[in-house]
Amino acid sequence: MRPETEAELAALIRAGRGPLSIIGGGTRLLPGEGQGTRLPTAALTGVTLYEPAALTLVARAGTPLAEIEALLASERQRLAFEPPPAPGSTIGGVIAANASGPRRVKDGAARDSLLGVRFVDGGGKIVSNGGRVMKNVTGYDLVKLMAGSRGTLGVLTEVSLKIQPIPPFSLTLALPELDAAAAVPALTAALTGPWDVTGAAWLPDLGALVRIEGLEGSVELRAETLTARLSAFGEVQSLKDDPWLLLRGNIPGSGAAPRSGSAIWRIACRPSQTAAILTMNPDATPLALDWGASLIFFSLAPNARPALPQGARALCLQGTHRGPLPPPDPVTRRLEDGLRERFDPRGIFAAPELTVA
Amino acid sequence: MRMPIPDAGVIARRESIVARLRAVIGAGDVIDDPVEARAYECDALSAYRCPPLAVALPTTTEEVAAILRVCHEERVPVVPRGAGTSLAGGSMPTADAVVLGLARMNAVLEVDYGDRVIRVQAGRTNLSVSTFVDEAGFFYAPDPSSQLACAIGGNIGMNSGGAHCLKYGVTTNNLLGVTMVLMDGSIVELGGPMGEGPGLDLLGVVCGAEGQLGVVTEATLRILPKPAGARPVLIGFDSSETAGACVAAIIRAGVLPVAIEFMDRPCIVATENFARPGYPDCEALLIVEVEGTPSEIDEQLTLIRAIAEAFSPVEFRESKSEDESRRIWLGRKSAFGAMGQMGDYMCLDGTIPVSALPRVLRGIAEMSEAAGLPVANVFHAGDGNMHPLIIFDANRPGDLERVEALGADILRLCVEVGGCLTGEHGVGVEKRDLMTAQFTDADMEAQMRVKDVFDPQWLLNAAKVFPLEVSETRREARRNAA
Repeated sequence: MRPETEAELAALIRAGRGPLSIIGGGTRLLPGEGQGTRLPTAALTGVTLYEPAALTLVARAGTPLAEIEALLASERQRLAFEPPPAPGSTIGGVIAANASGPRRVKDGAARDSLLGVRFVDGGGKIVSNGGRVMKNVTGYDLVKLMAGSRGTLGVLTEVSLKIQPIPPFSLTLALPELDAAAAVPALTAALTGPWDVTGAAWLPDLGALVRIEGLEGSVELRAETLTARLSAFGEVQSLKDDPWLLLRGNIPGSGAAPRSGSAIWRIACRPSQTAAILTMNPDATPLALDWGASLIFFSLAPNARPALPQGARALCLQGTHRGPLPPPDPVTRRLEDGLRERFDPRGIFAAPELTVA
Repeated sequence: MRMPIPDAGVIARRESIVARLRAVIGAGDVIDDPVEARAYECDALSAYRCPPLAVALPTTTEEVAAILRVCHEERVPVVPRGAGTSLAGGSMPTADAVVLGLARMNAVLEVDYGDRVIRVQAGRTNLSVSTFVDEAGFFYAPDPSSQLACAIGGNIGMNSGGAHCLKYGVTTNNLLGVTMVLMDGSIVELGGPMGEGPGLDLLGVVCGAEGQLGVVTEATLRILPKPAGARPVLIGFDSSETAGACVAAIIRAGVLPVAIEFMDRPCIVATENFARPGYPDCEALLIVEVEGTPSEIDEQLTLIRAIAEAFSPVEFRESKSEDESRRIWLGRKSAFGAMGQMGDYMCLDGTIPVSALPRVLRGIAEMSEAAGLPVANVFHAGDGNMHPLIIFDANRPGDLERVEALGADILRLCVEVGGCLTGEHGVGVEKRDLMTAQFTDADMEAQMRVKDVFDPQWLLNAAKVFPLEVSETRREARRNAA
């Protein structure tokens, strides 16, 4: 099965008995995913519309992410949400996983850049929602529902994206001495002032990292006042190398270099909970903080479960645990199950108990 | 405006339904006096009105749940209402419906500046959220023109935006979570620390669903640090097309202004006569606003000036003071009032790709000419959200019908060039019947399935968004089951 058109795909799904696993590049599978007959989108490729002056790009789902990023770069543009790269990654996979990198802290997740979708539902019907304009409140926003739905409601065939000009200048400040917990107040300080920070993260070898982008004079000026603000937390350095690609590439589940044996967890929380979460899990090895310390990656012993405060959500990226912690409440579960039943009435999309925190 | 025939059974049981509502939220919080209830017979689309069965004004999530449980058991349609500023009839009731008014639920529940979040009750007005966090140096970004009056709950229903959403996004991009009551009275928390998950992005589909999936009672919103300052420039052009081309060039060049607003000659003339902002004599003008420290602003404006000069502007007026900034915005902000001086008007809300701006402006001019109805244009050019205003005389028989036909043609043109029917006002009752211009049956069916899951009886605001004949079988199924 290697459909080359949307119509072919729809026919395949109508004839299919499942379970089917929708696979883009297969680069973002979570434990337990990809179990059914694999239905690749790799032949549904091509950028169908690119209007640099309207900041929009429309591409078929199987188009390689690298191809899209290269095309955008040729016009000095980019995807604002900075999707974590992985060799073979497709744009459909990025959207189905709502995979979003460091710039999410300012410019939102993949779902915030997604303007429109076309997909084939579990009944083989072709559905279009959204479009290619920045503002659209016509009908329900199924675009958001599809982003991050991991192929459980339908197969994305085409996505329409808001893109962003690449600012002429970018600069990263680092506080290399800070450990993960100590980095949190520094990142918060950077994000609570008028510096338009486009990345606020922490990595074990580099410490706290803060990125600002824009016109050259503006960036230099902001770097000066931001450095003054951050000096309260330690020695501030200006980095020449771009550490953000490192952050994007090395986070497990986002094109990772996993550590053998241990389980890797991704925890979403309020920044004010981050230090407590690290304290509550003394056996965890912090791998990274991102999104201004709203996102924690750490490794734990294979069968350990992270301890979590109220409101925090954890997902196992590598290991044996499936599904989010805590599990969804009964009302949410009823709504999610209801949606899956209606979009995929025959239950042919392989949908293990997997969801993203 | 055709609406479903009200349920005679519900109307016959009015007294007992009102008594049950009074038993769960207190007598004073339920309005059943027909005169008092008339205040709820329409929203800001006042051409269409209908007094409701009753009005309930709860103050807590639990009260909302209790009201909905009663209405669910009694099979009474419910129309949620924030501040009633909807421009598409989104909160217009039917005669068998209880209006659920959230205006009394206006408390700030929590604010955390380190985490950049504020949690408010859904009846809180948009502007008062920004006012609340202003002293701490923060603001709430979505800024619909009605922000002084409109409620956060309504903003979520309509996924509202505003002049500054070019940089900051609309409601859905600034909403982290909601507490919502489903029609059966169950309470659910949607969202998360970063806005979505775990699981399906239910928050994403609730935002903009026009109050059809549940009643939002509380919202967690992202607040942002205020920029150091902001300054607008006014650029006049000798043609609308040149102005449109300049918008594209500014965006293309990679400067990201917080707002790019467009006005054409009829609109400039009207605002000049009305508010006297001192605009130049030109065919079209742009107001471009940038943010930052004074030197950051200078750097951006230097670049914008260089871009604009390639289009030989009639005037490039850079604000040098607070007063000049105020005057530059004065005409734009009073544009809708100014148009009211010219006659009655119908305000459209189509959205188009910025690249299609010249073609659409030309098309509108031709259609306006052919229909013999003047059209003035004022809109958020940076994001392609157009607001053509069709001027007419509501007292002249047949004019309203001609205006509606011209409006529909203009919206169909927006869809034809890759745009959509509504960028911020919503579908409501106003644009229901045009939905078929943008969506196939399968597209609408997919949306209605979501409604089936959240509100299987189709009791919540059910005669909105979808053409009546499209949603009819679903609404009838409820009635037949009752």
